[in-house]
Amino acid sequence: MNNALKTLTNGILKENPTFGLVLGMCPTLATTTSAINGMSMGLATMFVLICSNVVISLLKNLIPDKVRIPAFIVVIATFVTIVQLVMQAYVPTIYATLGLFIPLIVVNCIVLGRAEAFAAKNSVGLSALDGIGMGLGFTLSLTLIGAVREFLGTGHMFNLPIVNESYGMLIFVLAPGAFIVLAYLMALIQKGMKK
Amino acid sequence: MKKLASTFPNMVISLTVITIVAATALAGVYMLTKTQIEDQANQTKIEAQAAVLNGQEGQAIEVEADGFGGKMRVMVGLAADGTILGYEILEHSETPGLGDKAAVWFKDTKKPNQNIIGRKAGNLTVSKDGGEVDAITAATISSRAFLKAINSAAAQVEGCSGATQVDGCAEATTKVETEDHHE
Repeated sequence: MNNALKTLTNGILKENPTFGLVLGMCPTLATTTSAINGMSMGLATMFVLICSNVVISLLKNLIPDKVRIPAFIVVIATFVTIVQLVMQAYVPTIYATLGLFIPLIVVNCIVLGRAEAFAAKNSVGLSALDGIGMGLGFTLSLTLIGAVREFLGTGHMFNLPIVNESYGMLIFVLAPGAFIVLAYLMALIQKGMKK
Repeated sequence: MKKLASTFPNMVISLTVITIVAATALAGVYMLTKTQIEDQANQTKIEAQAAVLNGQEGQAIEVEADGFGGKMRVMVGLAADGTILGYEILEHSETPGLGDKAAVWFKDTKKPNQNIIGRKAGNLTVSKDGGEVDAITAATISSRAFLKAINSAAAQVEGCSGATQVDGCAEATTKVETEDHHE
């Protein structure tokens, strides 16, 4: 039980995909223009991560080592396409905002990274927990970065106006702002973790 | 169970089975979501047609232009004399937080320099190009594409108002047409 809890919290704090492992930087930088966008991206990735971890853990003995990477990619790409179709059908507004970045989950290093580093070696239950933990960690980081960028850039948070939009510093919504916010948040979090 | 060894037949069989299962699963999900996705698209279109006309007499015209990130499809409501009644962006790939602001930017009635509702379509250009419309901050390319789309709608109205109806001119859409386009 202790092991399970450890696996679950591992992804949220110690090995947080964004601030700890520094994986999946492309979607992290690109989709965090607002808190909602970051959160939607995180949740979509979490779904793919849980499903691919479970399936890969189930199949781990049936996949010969030399073809494991293409096999993993096929599994991951299948789930990503499922997410894409389902989002397009039932949450078209979020799909419209994230658009291009949903198919890009396929090449997210976290998903393949966890498949390779965890699901291919552990039981189905633990792999599912790892997927949930890592997914939550990713979602929380993306939401945090998105919220900071949205607030500094537009004065809003979760689309709610906090301060007047004219105080917003546009650069934080643009690409350079993503790097700046990510770097400062990472520095702060690393400092906090050391204490 | 022991892990399968990396022999040639094992690799071929394993990958073949996985890809077949994946393809089957995707085909299933595709069929399950197909009608819903089409309905959503139609629904958006019908709502957009109603919204751009805003209860006034005119035509709802669908136009597109190349934006910053890809195709931008806009539904625009035009009165017979080319006055813009309203618009809705149906599909775009503009930068989130910048170009995608076009959805509201050009109909902000509180900011007359950027509002295009009530203006005449045809020769609208952004102020940077000597026109009278303020472009979206840091998204001039998206703004240009948007105005280009709007202007092309005006050309269609003129083409339609002739004595003979040109194909593709949806006429008098105050009562929104709900015909479905199934192939």
